[in-house]
Amino acid sequence: MTPPLGLVAAGAVLLVAVVLIVAALVVYLVSVIVALAKITRGLDEVIAGVSGIVEKSAPVNAIVTAINGQLDAGVDALEGLLVKKAGLTDAVGLIDGLYPGAAAYGLRNVPDSTTITAPRISEVYTKGTLTLARLGREAPIAAANPAGPILRNVQGGSLAARRLYPEIRQSRPERLPRSPVIGADAPVQYEQRDDIGAPRRRLPRRGAGASNGAPPADRTP
Amino acid sequence: MTLWWIGDIVLIAVVAPVVAFLLHRVLTAARSIVPSVQSIAATAAAGSRDLDAAALLLTTRDQATQTIAGVADYGGSLDVILDDAAGAGT
Repeated sequence: MTPPLGLVAAGAVLLVAVVLIVAALVVYLVSVIVALAKITRGLDEVIAGVSGIVEKSAPVNAIVTAINGQLDAGVDALEGLLVKKAGLTDAVGLIDGLYPGAAAYGLRNVPDSTTITAPRISEVYTKGTLTLARLGREAPIAAANPAGPILRNVQGGSLAARRLYPEIRQSRPERLPRSPVIGADAPVQYEQRDDIGAPRRRLPRRGAGASNGAPPADRTP
Repeated sequence: MTLWWIGDIVLIAVVAPVVAFLLHRVLTAARSIVPSVQSIAATAAAGSRDLDAAALLLTTRDQATQTIAGVADYGGSLDVILDDAAGAGT
């Protein structure tokens, strides 16, 4: 007994549909497996890198703590020495002179140092300025208002100190005449003198050296 | 036989598209993770290389210790040489 043709067709369609679904499953699942394999390899690299970071950064905390401890001890010792030798007020003034505005932070071991008004004891002048001041010539040390800012700009370099002197070359060097060019290809050539390097033509007088007690010069033939 | 045909139609029109859609979404998600993992791996490797100099902190610690010791000796000498400020230490 053969099944009806409609039943055979329905079975064939069912079989084709199942095959198509299984084929789609295979294609997609294989692609997913390949992607997951790439992810696994990437995660292995991540784990290796992170492990290296963990190993290399493990001693950092202890070392930095030790360095900070050493530096704290040094700062404490130097601050204590400065306060002991210069006094608290002058110490704050010196620190504020070297690092403008640092007086507001005070000394670490002296909390009351933040309330001290830093004295202006830290202007730094060049040796030439002090020499001019002693000579009473053009040194503006006393010209500025003592209540004003310090004359030396710590962060501005040496131009502030050079401006204490008469204006010659410190701020407008481009206006100075250029240095002369020398050499064989110089724009201005000078005639070579024959007497340079040649024997002396006239001898000194004979009696001039003898009257001073010097021995007479040898006569050249 | 009618029910069989209805099953075939449901299988082709509903089940197969749903399976294909879900598999496509899974594949897209898996492929999108790959570049992220690769970039994380490159970043971790670079971070590990950046920390190669961390071993030099041992030298830094030793040199800081020696420097502070020298400063302490220098400060001790200054303490002996220089007079104390007026009123200090009293």
